Amino acid sequence: MIDWTPLFISMKTASVSIAITVFLGLFVAWGIIMIKNDTTKVVLDGVFTLPIVLPPTVVGFFLLYIFGVKGPIGSFFINFFAYKIAFSWEATVIAAVVMSFPLMYRSARGAFEQVDSNLVEAARTLGMSEWKIFWKILCANALPGIISGGILAYARGLGEFGATAMLAGNIADLTRTLPIAVYSDVAAGNMGSAFYYVVVIIIISFIAIFFMNYFSIRQGKRWK
Amino acid sequence: MSGKLLKVNIQKKLNEFDLDVDFDLKTQNFGILGPSGCGKSMTLKSIAGIVNPDEGIISIKLDNEEVYFDSSKKINLKPQKRNVGYLFQNYALFPNMTVEENIAVGLAKENYGKIEELVKKFRLEGLEKRYPRQLSGGQQQRVALARIIAYDPDVILLDEPFSAMDTYLKDQLRRELINLLEEFDGFIVMVTHDRDDAFHFCDELIVMDKGKIIAEGKTYDIFEKPEKVQVARITGCKNISKIEPIDDYHFRALDWDNIVLESAEKISKNISYAGIRAHDFTFADRDDLNAICTKDSEVVEMPFEWDIKLASDLWWKYEKEIHDHEFTFPDYIKINPKNIILLE
Repeated sequence: MIDWTPLFISMKTASVSIAITVFLGLFVAWGIIMIKNDTTKVVLDGVFTLPIVLPPTVVGFFLLYIFGVKGPIGSFFINFFAYKIAFSWEATVIAAVVMSFPLMYRSARGAFEQVDSNLVEAARTLGMSEWKIFWKILCANALPGIISGGILAYARGLGEFGATAMLAGNIADLTRTLPIAVYSDVAAGNMGSAFYYVVVIIIISFIAIFFMNYFSIRQGKRWK
Repeated sequence: MSGKLLKVNIQKKLNEFDLDVDFDLKTQNFGILGPSGCGKSMTLKSIAGIVNPDEGIISIKLDNEEVYFDSSKKINLKPQKRNVGYLFQNYALFPNMTVEENIAVGLAKENYGKIEELVKKFRLEGLEKRYPRQLSGGQQQRVALARIIAYDPDVILLDEPFSAMDTYLKDQLRRELINLLEEFDGFIVMVTHDRDDAFHFCDELIVMDKGKIIAEGKTYDIFEKPEKVQVARITGCKNISKIEPIDDYHFRALDWDNIVLESAEKISKNISYAGIRAHDFTFADRDDLNAICTKDSEVVEMPFEWDIKLASDLWWKYEKEIHDHEFTFPDYIKINPKNIILLE
């Protein structure tokens, strides 16, 4: 009998993390394009992009350092909320967000920079607030780029393995996501159930990409 | 318009030059004429608040005075707080919004009722639900203007509105823009590098070059008496030569084969150039005053004029009809001394 809990855990983790990643990515990209100083921009961009160039285990190492029981944030949560972040379900979300964030941030930033700056300036002279400009001008006109960033980030979050294993571990029914379940089953010699997980991951990934692509093509056509 | 005043006095350090302009605007249709990259768009963007000058004052007086920018008092209103409409060269219509939605951007919710009226006024009936990409250039211009008028600005800034258009469309849109803005009661400032736009549209002009104002005054005066070489060039004077004065009314044109010409105006000390508009030559005999030999000229046929380059490097444009293809050349042409423009 196949244990489907890794599927539910993965879906839950990927859904919560993509929601956080999208908003975080959009706001950080907005902040970065508003920065006038080039040096600050380059340095911050480097920091935000780092998780995709580093090996996931290295990111996991840093996350453990920060969120672990002795880490600054980890100990804070233990002292004030009596809650241990490391090796909890929330840890899978943190790992997925950190690892998928750069993809969202970079796609959003690229898409924002493609938006004609005259549109933003025109909106300002017409009295539109900066908040409204962000949503109705920047995000609306950068939508195809934002959606493709979202696809990449979602796929990255769903497939997250290294950092998750480091920060959340491999606890059955709690932090064992699909990629980790594949690894555990293969390691234990259960090739059969690993195969099922692999098929499920492929199907979910494909459906997600199909829907988002479809939406982005339709959106693009509407304005033309 | 009486008593209204738009004051602009700004300085800004730029890569290639320093922008330093100072002008007061009292007439309704005002123009800034200059070659591309002379700082004229920067000036316009400073008025709108899109670009911040380093120093200076921008203020507007209608019923009472409002200061948009004052570096000494650290005042710098956001573009949202300045009542300025900006017509971008590419119109900057929001591609994700319909015509209606574009117009509504500048309106408060309680005024959405005005949309219908504006749609009618700017002849956009039936296009309300269309997206900007589905509109022609002329329709886009009307939407952009409707959107600005909806916002009810005190100043409308026009940034090279016709520069990216072909001649046919340009003439039509220029006329239309002027008609549509006729009822507008505030200031209109147009920036352009096109002398036809400036001449057609502006009552008063400033001419800019490399960030500085090099001429200002009534449009007719600037075109008639450009006084400076750069001004003559931008107002369309084709022939400009360095000169060597012979006496008070005669000079030798150094760039035109050293021909000697007579000017109606006295050649004062600060004059070192002379200009002749290419259309100002007329047929002549050898002994006429200011006669110029046309031997060895190169002729190019255009649809409505002959473009002749004389051996002395002078350009002469002679109007023709479309079905004329033969041009019998006079041996001499002349220039009326009154049409010689003396330049500093």
